[in-house]
Amino acid sequence: MKVIVDQDRCVGAGQCVLAAPEVFDQRDSDGIVVLLTEDVPAGSEEDVREAARICPALAIELSEP
Amino acid sequence: MNAGIVVVGASAAGLTAAETLRHEGHSGPITVVGDEPHAPYDRPPLSKQVLQGTWEPGKTALRQPDALSGLGIDWLLGTSATGLDAGTRKLTLSDGRVLGCDGVVLATGVTPRRLRDGHELAGVHVLRTLDDAMALRAALLAATSVVVVGAGFLGAEVAAVARGLGREVTVVDPLAAPMIRQFGAEIGGLLADLHTGHGVRVRCGTGVSGLTGAHGRVTHVELDDGSRIPADVVLVAIGSVPAVGWLDGSGLALGDGIECDEFCVAADGVVAAGDVASWRDPELGRVRVEHRMNATEQGRAAAKSLLGDRTPYRPLAYFWTDQYDVKVQAYGVTGAELDFAVVAGEPAAGRFAALYGADGRVVGAVTWNLPREARTLRRFVAERTAWRTALSAA
Repeated sequence: MKVIVDQDRCVGAGQCVLAAPEVFDQRDSDGIVVLLTEDVPAGSEEDVREAARICPALAIELSEP
Repeated sequence: MNAGIVVVGASAAGLTAAETLRHEGHSGPITVVGDEPHAPYDRPPLSKQVLQGTWEPGKTALRQPDALSGLGIDWLLGTSATGLDAGTRKLTLSDGRVLGCDGVVLATGVTPRRLRDGHELAGVHVLRTLDDAMALRAALLAATSVVVVGAGFLGAEVAAVARGLGREVTVVDPLAAPMIRQFGAEIGGLLADLHTGHGVRVRCGTGVSGLTGAHGRVTHVELDDGSRIPADVVLVAIGSVPAVGWLDGSGLALGDGIECDEFCVAADGVVAAGDVASWRDPELGRVRVEHRMNATEQGRAAAKSLLGDRTPYRPLAYFWTDQYDVKVQAYGVTGAELDFAVVAGEPAAGRFAALYGADGRVVGAVTWNLPREARTLRRFVAERTAWRTALSAA
């Protein structure tokens, strides 16, 4: 599974970091999402799906193999 | 349940509910009824990027067309529901059709409050829908003098955008500072300074007594203190009321919204979600939340509840506002009547975080241009940490 984030959409809510801290982080200055890895580690798939579902800005896209 | 479910409302809560029904295994028909002609779109950008013109309106789409069509949902857009019999679950539509259904999700949102006098004048706007946003943007581009009535989330954000577009802007609110009801006096004062610093005239502590016009167009806003402000565009942002008028006679309990239990259930086979839903929380009593995150979270919870899930809905509220270059983010319960303490950063430096407390416990957190800190403080809110413990730990 691969993750794409749209930093222009991101509102810096940090909900993705709460859901999947192994994949997402936030910039210090403005809280905008930073992707730690494009390739979702095995076992984190459901956390990342959850992150995409709860993102209040729809800034996370997943491509499932 | 394997027959039809109808979702009334095609915005964030309704869309999320419909998707959740599919993902959670409901294979029967799903119909979504939406009174606007547009496919589901996101509302927070309307008072920000769409009004600024930095986003094309299409960018607010909540899903791409192929994702929507892949759900196997019957979309009845540009159609409103006009009545419901909750006992028999028969739904009447504006086109005269009557839909029978096994389950109903009610997600009709809210309607902006209007001014009692003068609201019908040309140049007077509200902002709830994409069409409202496009009309307001066109008006702002042609305006000289803009008056924003109400300094809540919407009013404060629109004032910032209108000022950014170079207009003369006045914000009027009967309370002592912008967003004081939402965030209290300290942050209210900072917001007043922020707007004033950007050249907005902040007229707090006085209400609007009426609008005057000439030839059917607004020309002035009259204030309670007797002053008159010239205006060619007025945004009325004085809150919203739940869109429940169509449910009169439905058999549902209607108070401040559709009254539901802690499982978002309003009646057998009828659930509610989003801005319109007033659910019961064991600690807080009746809760109704007009924030974006709640639309998603409650849309999911209500759909699962309709399919038999018995998890009480107990969200930790998250909300935010963007004004100029300031991002304010909050968790939990915030407001004027609570204890308030800055725990990180400095208000004077334009970056800080603070906690709200009640009865010796943390009930809310807010950050001002310190987004990562919001996540750190969330824990205190979620755990209802003792006030003194949180202040020394933060």
